[in-house]
Amino acid sequence: MSIGDYIRNTQIWKSIFRHPAPRDRRNRVVVMLTNVFLHLHPVSVRKSGIELSYTWCMGGITFFLFLVETVTGVLLMFYYRPTLEHAYNDILSLRDVTTLGILRELHRWGAHAMVITIWLHMYRVFLTGSYKPPREFNWGVGVILLVLTLLLSFTGYLLPWDQLAIWAITVGSNMARATPFMGYEGPGSKLLVVGGVELIHSGSDARFLLLGSRFVGEQTLLRFYVLHCVALPLAASLLIAIHFWRVRKDGGISGAL
Amino acid sequence: MHDSHGGLSHSLQTGIGLFYFLATLMNVGFALYQHYEAKNKLQAMVWGAVAGIFGFHALAYLLHIGWPLFPWIQNGVNWVMGPTTYFLLAASGFTVLLWFRRTATEPVVAWAILMGTLWFGGQAMTNENFKNIITKPDNVPIVMLIFSVGFLTWLALRKMVLNDERIARGEPPHEKVLEEKVLVWPDLVYTELIAMVICTLILIVWAIVLKAPLEQPASPARIPNPSKAPWYFLGLQEMLVYFDPWMAGVVLPTLIVKGLIALPYIDFNQKGSGYYTFNERKFAITTFLFGFIVLWCVLIVLGTFLRGPNWNFFGPFEPWNPHKNVPLNNVSLSEYFWLYLFGMSVEGHWLLRELPGLLFVFGYLFVLPPVLAKTIFRGFFIRMGFVRYMVLITLIQFMASLPIKMVLRWTFNLKYIVSVSEYFFNI
Repeated sequence: MSIGDYIRNTQIWKSIFRHPAPRDRRNRVVVMLTNVFLHLHPVSVRKSGIELSYTWCMGGITFFLFLVETVTGVLLMFYYRPTLEHAYNDILSLRDVTTLGILRELHRWGAHAMVITIWLHMYRVFLTGSYKPPREFNWGVGVILLVLTLLLSFTGYLLPWDQLAIWAITVGSNMARATPFMGYEGPGSKLLVVGGVELIHSGSDARFLLLGSRFVGEQTLLRFYVLHCVALPLAASLLIAIHFWRVRKDGGISGAL
Repeated sequence: MHDSHGGLSHSLQTGIGLFYFLATLMNVGFALYQHYEAKNKLQAMVWGAVAGIFGFHALAYLLHIGWPLFPWIQNGVNWVMGPTTYFLLAASGFTVLLWFRRTATEPVVAWAILMGTLWFGGQAMTNENFKNIITKPDNVPIVMLIFSVGFLTWLALRKMVLNDERIARGEPPHEKVLEEKVLVWPDLVYTELIAMVICTLILIVWAIVLKAPLEQPASPARIPNPSKAPWYFLGLQEMLVYFDPWMAGVVLPTLIVKGLIALPYIDFNQKGSGYYTFNERKFAITTFLFGFIVLWCVLIVLGTFLRGPNWNFFGPFEPWNPHKNVPLNNVSLSEYFWLYLFGMSVEGHWLLRELPGLLFVFGYLFVLPPVLAKTIFRGFFIRMGFVRYMVLITLIQFMASLPIKMVLRWTFNLKYIVSVSEYFFNI
């Protein structure tokens, strides 16, 4: 008996994997049904749907990068405090002091790559007409996931608290003050006056809501940190679950039912 | 590095030499493929010769006797390049690509384009300004974006051309031939495993080679020039040249998102679901490609690589001079109308002053759709019904508003069509 067979016959192994190794057709079907992660997939797929030149693998890579971002993000949170006093210095010591000093690099480049791969995934889905019935709803879920990905990247951009960070966020968030009716420099906001009091001013408009302040400051750092580490990932996880589930329920990645 | 030849440091020359060496190997491989697989002797000879040219370059730069980019190319490119020519070149390149897609996607043609790009890229790296902007760590993703979007667009168009030929012959598209089902274990899970391993490797190498940027600590007092948003928003920032923030930063992005979500409900064409085809979905694919490639990716590249201090345009080989003087003589429509046409002053109540612009916008948004529904979009209107047609046409109108505003700016220096600064309402 080989060592592999011995291990597969132990009670521990059998308690985890409730069937023999997936070497024959029956067990290859069973393995997909008894494993929660593999169960994201159907048991069988059309041959055209796994052709690399057809799918480009971009949706899967986007999800993989989301996992990479989650793991490296959790590790980064051990080292980083979102306050004006500490933020920049914590990033400095991450670079200079911490063991395995590529943590931030993995996180940042993974994030850039994820923005590209999610675009390319959407590009492929469009070009193969995979948004057509019965997948209209799941395409919409995907668009929201795209927006969440961009927001995740945008909120994360501020956290190093260097010149690159605050000015990129300043330029980006300045748009919010031009929101029609909701921004104090937006068209129509001057019309929202009650009894001579302006409702929309620089301390009450959409930009203030986003930044928690009239400029990119300590409140903004905290707000973006919480959004980046808690709110947006939770929302993205929920929608990813729906997205994958609907891929299966709508009859695979593409094509008519 | 001061021990240099022709102003090029040794490390740069070694890098370019290795780059050209890789290109040599690629062409050797392609020539061998042409010789043994495709059995095309002529092609094998051509690409063998190209490999020789790249090999010569590799040798020269590895021996540190390389040459800088020829000045006439530098000056020529800088002279030709401006926001206008850049955008028009991209748009016409896009048109040529779609029109001649059968020829343009021939593997040999695509390979020739790629090799031309690689040769030029290597030469351009000898220019200090070009090198600095391309190799900025946060800009590396955009280089990846250019190559991946380029490659995948080629791949998709190639598959479309081949499928359209099959359909024209009365055969089913390639994907429909592969209808039989295979088990996910092992056929898909192993692909996924390999993809994960490759991605992990790439990410680790990338993380070791390139340090994440970290500039000086944040200081609200020192404003960098230019101040740029993160790279994926630079297409939106570029729109600020033509629109006020409420349009470029709020209305248009919102409409992009809403339009994307609405897309499956407007596209009534049931054909082309689950396979690559151009001929069966000409309108949808042309519109989407124009939006994604020309209005999104091309503008991101423009905003990242070609916009310098004060958001002025700088050619790829032009130093970023913060004192570059660009005359600003943009004029609003009301001034054109009242001042130049009638010689009247442009003062007075804003409603009267902006009447021509308001009428223009009203006509564009409310008169044009029914006119189009009666004429060129007649078929669409009949098949889509009123609501869907109006959603489609409004989205297209807002999408088209950017190129329209661009052309008006370039030809008439038009600043605003409607300018009610009293209420921040400028279009």
